Amino acid sequence: MNNRLYGNLIFELSKEGRKGYSLPKNHFGSYEIPTSMRRSEEAQLPECDELTVVRHYTNLSNNNFGVDTGFYPLGSCTMKYNPKINEEMAALPQFQNLHPHQPSSTVKGALALVKLLEQSLCELTGLAHFTFKPYAGAHGELTGLMTIDSYHRSRGDIARKKVIVPDSAHGTNPASAAVCGLEIIEVKSLADGTVDFEDLQRIVAEQGTEISAMMMTNPNTLGLFETRIPEIAKLIHDCGGLMYYDGANLNPMLGACRPGDMGFDVMHINLHKTFSTPHGGGGPGAGPVGVREGLQEFFPVVSPYYGNFGVMMRAYAYILSLGREHIKEVGPLAVLNANYIKESLKDVYELPIDTICCHEFVFDGLKDKSTGVTTMDVAKRLLDYGYHAPTIYFPLLFHESLMIEPTENESKETLDGFIAVMRQIAEEAKTDPELVKTAPHTTPIGRVDDVLAAKHPITTYKQLVNDNN
Amino acid sequence: MATFQAGLLYSESHEYIRVEGEFGYIGISDYAQHALGNVVYVDMPEVDDEVTAGEEFGAVESVKAASDLISPVSGTVVEINEALEDEPELLNKDAFGNWIIKVQLSDPSELNNLMDAAKYEAFCAA
Repeated sequence: MNNRLYGNLIFELSKEGRKGYSLPKNHFGSYEIPTSMRRSEEAQLPECDELTVVRHYTNLSNNNFGVDTGFYPLGSCTMKYNPKINEEMAALPQFQNLHPHQPSSTVKGALALVKLLEQSLCELTGLAHFTFKPYAGAHGELTGLMTIDSYHRSRGDIARKKVIVPDSAHGTNPASAAVCGLEIIEVKSLADGTVDFEDLQRIVAEQGTEISAMMMTNPNTLGLFETRIPEIAKLIHDCGGLMYYDGANLNPMLGACRPGDMGFDVMHINLHKTFSTPHGGGGPGAGPVGVREGLQEFFPVVSPYYGNFGVMMRAYAYILSLGREHIKEVGPLAVLNANYIKESLKDVYELPIDTICCHEFVFDGLKDKSTGVTTMDVAKRLLDYGYHAPTIYFPLLFHESLMIEPTENESKETLDGFIAVMRQIAEEAKTDPELVKTAPHTTPIGRVDDVLAAKHPITTYKQLVNDNN
Repeated sequence: MATFQAGLLYSESHEYIRVEGEFGYIGISDYAQHALGNVVYVDMPEVDDEVTAGEEFGAVESVKAASDLISPVSGTVVEINEALEDEPELLNKDAFGNWIIKVQLSDPSELNNLMDAAKYEAFCAA
């Protein structure tokens, strides 16, 4: 429970003149910072004693929710458990204390680890080479597209500036293509949620000589396996384009099939999804990019050094602790868990595409729409029961998308507990819709005004004070 | 429930156009604003920009999603609805009363590709 006082903003706890530090006596004489480099007005920093600072941040950290706190079925994010052995390995002082500027003759162990991780990823994906420089999945997408673009240009094939992206794709796909200076062509989905092959044929017939690549997520964002991949890959390759695999949904494929075998030429892997490294608050991440033999010479230089080495160590620890045999069980168990939840809830939540899913699936809100209770309300109410909400309002194919991905780690008891709560919320929507519409009730902060937050975000204390005056 | 105003023409991507002589007022349908939820930002082109039928001319952002605006016709932007810059929620209050851009049509025959209210209502129900 959050303490009222220490739950205030650190600026609100500030008392003029109070200090949490004492500087040692100056033995070196005074040194004046040149006027040109000095700030023109005093920095407005909070003034607090050490204990207040500690209590403030400890109270804040108690409000955090993570995989270590509870079930986190955030679709498309693969919020799997980060085994503690990963942390132990990454904390080995021989690795942890390396400096990026050390002579390479003194870091051979670290370089060998990178090579071994590369070999493991090649074996798991069917591709030939990986670069570990990208810092995250989206950075990997950009790196992969730059690789493809250089490949085309190296052949003098300069007209290939268009990328085909399905309408169910993650928003990062068109964003990465745009950042790479490429034009996006959207291909439609069929009613069954998979790519409309005829629409794709039409696009290729009309613009085949301008196609740089097709980006696909398989299974797609509806958690459905794209069965026509061989035909799609042939169509794109025949017109001179390359196939890009978005590794966001790689988890269910582990042990089942490999992007390289399906005809993909370039892919990225989100190590923080499939390979159990921390998601972090935007980092440190790692989005290694793999390519078919011959394309590695087109890898761009997108960062110095080797990327986030500590993340790579954790991923390698995960691969080794599972081993060649057990890593094959990851995909099937993730698929089993997702289907178990889907089948247990589809009588009360709308399942627009009723088929066997992979690692995740999408409901289109509650089955009974007459109560006016929306997906947003269901997600907020889940917080009251101590669950992280699933992904909502994505993919855009449905109006009330609720996307659930349990991962392979969860026990049947955890899944049953979640199912019971989801059913209870569906019941509450009928008997007491206001309770759901005004949720959450038990969290430190209740229902946030998301319209106001989007239109007029207050991001600094200064702005808050100015607004109140 | 979403309303479908007669006298307007609609596209499959849920924009409407109200034609007055050589000009057309383009906005999003009531069905579209319902689906989007609370609109927080409207990205509009500038006056004198060219728009092309079937191509994006701006975007609408709601708390749920950002959606491209697809022009139902080709032509030149002669006016934008500046009120939407400060009050994007006008689209939720009255989608048909608050057009987004006014366009001088370059090819009125493109209007034949659009749906009337009855057809559009059936399209949305399908």
